[in-house]
Amino acid sequence: MGRTIVCRCEDVTVEDLNQAFSEGYRDLESLKRYTGFSTGFCQGKCCTAHAARFLSALKGGDDTVADPIRTRPLLHPTPASHFARAVELLDEESK
Amino acid sequence: MRDRAELVIIGGGIVGLSLAYQLARMGMTDVVVLEQGYLCFGASGRNGGGVRQQWSTEENILLAKQSVRMFRQLSREIGHNIWFRQGGYLFLARNAETAAALEKTVKLQNRMGVGTRIISPAAAARLVAGLHTEGIEACSYNSSDGVLFPWPAVWGMASVARQLGVQINTHTRVTGIDVKGREVVKVVTDRGAVATRRVVNAAGAWSWQIARMAGVELPNKPYRHEILVTEPLKPFLEPMLSDLSNGMYFSQTMRGEILGGISDPDEPSSMETGSSFRFLARMCSSMIRLLPRLSRVKILRQWAGYYDETPDGQPILGRVEPLDGFIQLNGFGGHGFMLAPAIGKIAAEWILRKVDHRIFHTYALSRFKHGETRKENFVIG
Repeated sequence: MGRTIVCRCEDVTVEDLNQAFSEGYRDLESLKRYTGFSTGFCQGKCCTAHAARFLSALKGGDDTVADPIRTRPLLHPTPASHFARAVELLDEESK
Repeated sequence: MRDRAELVIIGGGIVGLSLAYQLARMGMTDVVVLEQGYLCFGASGRNGGGVRQQWSTEENILLAKQSVRMFRQLSREIGHNIWFRQGGYLFLARNAETAAALEKTVKLQNRMGVGTRIISPAAAARLVAGLHTEGIEACSYNSSDGVLFPWPAVWGMASVARQLGVQINTHTRVTGIDVKGREVVKVVTDRGAVATRRVVNAAGAWSWQIARMAGVELPNKPYRHEILVTEPLKPFLEPMLSDLSNGMYFSQTMRGEILGGISDPDEPSSMETGSSFRFLARMCSSMIRLLPRLSRVKILRQWAGYYDETPDGQPILGRVEPLDGFIQLNGFGGHGFMLAPAIGKIAAEWILRKVDHRIFHTYALSRFKHGETRKENFVIG
């Protein structure tokens, strides 16, 4: 039997989700942390919906797991220098 | 959920779990832990994982020294890899006054058997390739400080405590504490009540609210602290860097990411955990000033957690008047995680075997009434 990948950035499989679920990590935020999906380069844009679907199935279709996880900036990985320049704008704002 | 317990711990963060873990290992398992969210919901799941022994008070140095020893064994003990990497901590002072303060704390650390050294900016540049040393007066360096990944430490302590018989209830919010005279009798939650004579308040940023339920006023205030992480890079940065001029710090994790945060003197007390553009700009600018080669590194994500702060930057530990059996283990600011192994051990011995320790006197709540406070000057972030 082949492996089914849920999160390509962090190499998380369906088996990983099953394992985490069996250890008691049964909400999306916990499952995210315990398996690491959604913490890689795509920041969850490719994997979160899949993981939510598998969790929902594991819970017997209980849609309370449809609660989205908290999303955080950045939308896309961006070089630090782009933001560093903005610090001058903050200084002006506070004057 | 159990309806009675010998001891109830409010807060399933690293402090509460470290206590539960130690108590269970010593044979006390009639313990219930109440966590309002999931494991890692509060500051224990949101911090940068820094572990240092460079402190300015004897107590913190002792606790940190003991905790470093314990972290070295922890992965094996709990069966979860906490990725503890002792790459050292490098503090940077940008003026003579800070450099003098650094020298004083290093002397104290040396007296207590912690091998921190004052080193020149040139020596610092040899430790960190590409470090921009212009404007740096002096540095302190301790090679046995380090960084770890907080989550597995939380999961592992919880898992061992559970196996030994402690009940850990997540998604269980405490709504009240019943008190009769000088005694605690019951903790009420949104999932039922637990009768008990002893309650530990290890609720971090929520500690002041929990204390108020038992009629106790704590001076603790929660503050948001923001943090960010970059894409993973090939390992190149050994020590954690911390700029004392603005409270900025960053290190490289075992996954290769650069992870760090910065103090913000304008941050008001709140229960806010949103992300700000202001943080992103200040952090990136300060990071690049110190290590210009990071300028093209991509930022992946930013988030926030809490500092549970007290007026003197020191925790509140032990008994509070007039209640018997209401024990405080809170107010750790931004350094609860790194001190948690020692705190858990010392508190477990105190609760179970009545072994007294100086921290329950120095850090008692009553110090604020008697004016016996001594400020920790090395709170960063």
